[in-house]
Amino acid sequence: MVEEQKILSILQSIPDPEIPVLAITDLGIIRNVNVIIPGTKLEIEITPTYSGCPAIDIISMNIRMQLMKEGYAEVIITKKLAPAWTTDWMTENGKQKLKAYGIAPPGNSVRSNPSVLFAEAVKVQCPQCNSWNTQLISEFGSTSCKSLYRCNSCMEPFDHFKCH
Amino acid sequence: MTDYILHLADNALILGHRNSEWTGHGPILEQDIALSNISLDLIGQARHLYQYAAELLNDGSTEDSLAYLRGPEAFKNCMLVEQPKGHWGTTVLRQFLFSAYQYPLYQQLSTSADEKLAAIAQKSLKEVTYHLRWSSEWVIRLGQGTETSHTKMDDAVQTLWPYTEDLLKYADDDLKTKWRNQLRDVFAKASLSVPVNMPMAIHRKTTHLADLLSEMQHLQRTYPNVEW
Repeated sequence: MVEEQKILSILQSIPDPEIPVLAITDLGIIRNVNVIIPGTKLEIEITPTYSGCPAIDIISMNIRMQLMKEGYAEVIITKKLAPAWTTDWMTENGKQKLKAYGIAPPGNSVRSNPSVLFAEAVKVQCPQCNSWNTQLISEFGSTSCKSLYRCNSCMEPFDHFKCH
Repeated sequence: MTDYILHLADNALILGHRNSEWTGHGPILEQDIALSNISLDLIGQARHLYQYAAELLNDGSTEDSLAYLRGPEAFKNCMLVEQPKGHWGTTVLRQFLFSAYQYPLYQQLSTSADEKLAAIAQKSLKEVTYHLRWSSEWVIRLGQGTETSHTKMDDAVQTLWPYTEDLLKYADDDLKTKWRNQLRDVFAKASLSVPVNMPMAIHRKTTHLADLLSEMQHLQRTYPNVEW
């Protein structure tokens, strides 16, 4: 237990490579920590966010590097696909950090129905001026996880971390 | 089983690659990015599937050797995904035809007895939801747009329809019905007609796949095991 806590706090120090204000633990991608030989060998189960997200390989590398620096000789990183990652697993702290960074955080995810076409976009608050008078520009933004919005009040564009 | 996984993986990889040909060349920036994101999702799905296939083969194959070192005769993708990208309307129509098939397919596979396949399907289904919505909306926009866009969409239907039978070759009746219903619904909204009695393509008679692979694989084949 104590060792698992120690490992978790090490993982908390590892930032997401794309959105460095977030720790990987804020994203909800760490699914399990399994100590096999105390102090020597452990397994970390992680889950990818989007299938094509290139950050998962970098994150795995950083986890391994950091844990080996802390003295672990063998670090096994297992990718667990099920249950599928959802933004519901993002910490509240993580969501606040996103907003402060200028990215509108995800709300609670709603099961999306592909047959509902031209639906009104999810209302998202502008992270810069807090206005709700915002407009979706594209559901696909700068990375797989984000969509692009524009604020009609302060006229700034901003990214929204999509509910998934 | 492994052949089926490779079929799923090859579909995703080839379509991902075809879509990526638009990156930097899309008609407007936001849609260029949208299609590139869709490509990325598809390539990510292909990776998961190739990794699983490599595990099943257990002969030293890796996701990279399966993607980059097999020749066109070994690829198991359907004909639809290897067709040239054509104009923007052709691309969105092809994406729609494929996503309308992939969505109910992944729904089915999500309850597969094979845990790994079910896990990949469940995860991919979330992404395919976006692909289906995006492509449906674009088919409707262009079908209902101007006379020019409508004519181009009609042409796109004529071009791609012969490959739809091959697309559905492994589909059961339930899947075929779901695909057809989705199609009828969106085509109606787009003022496009579903073709009847159009002859279907049966055999690959073109070099599309070979040309695609020679572009996609040439770097890895020229400099084996190169990393960057």
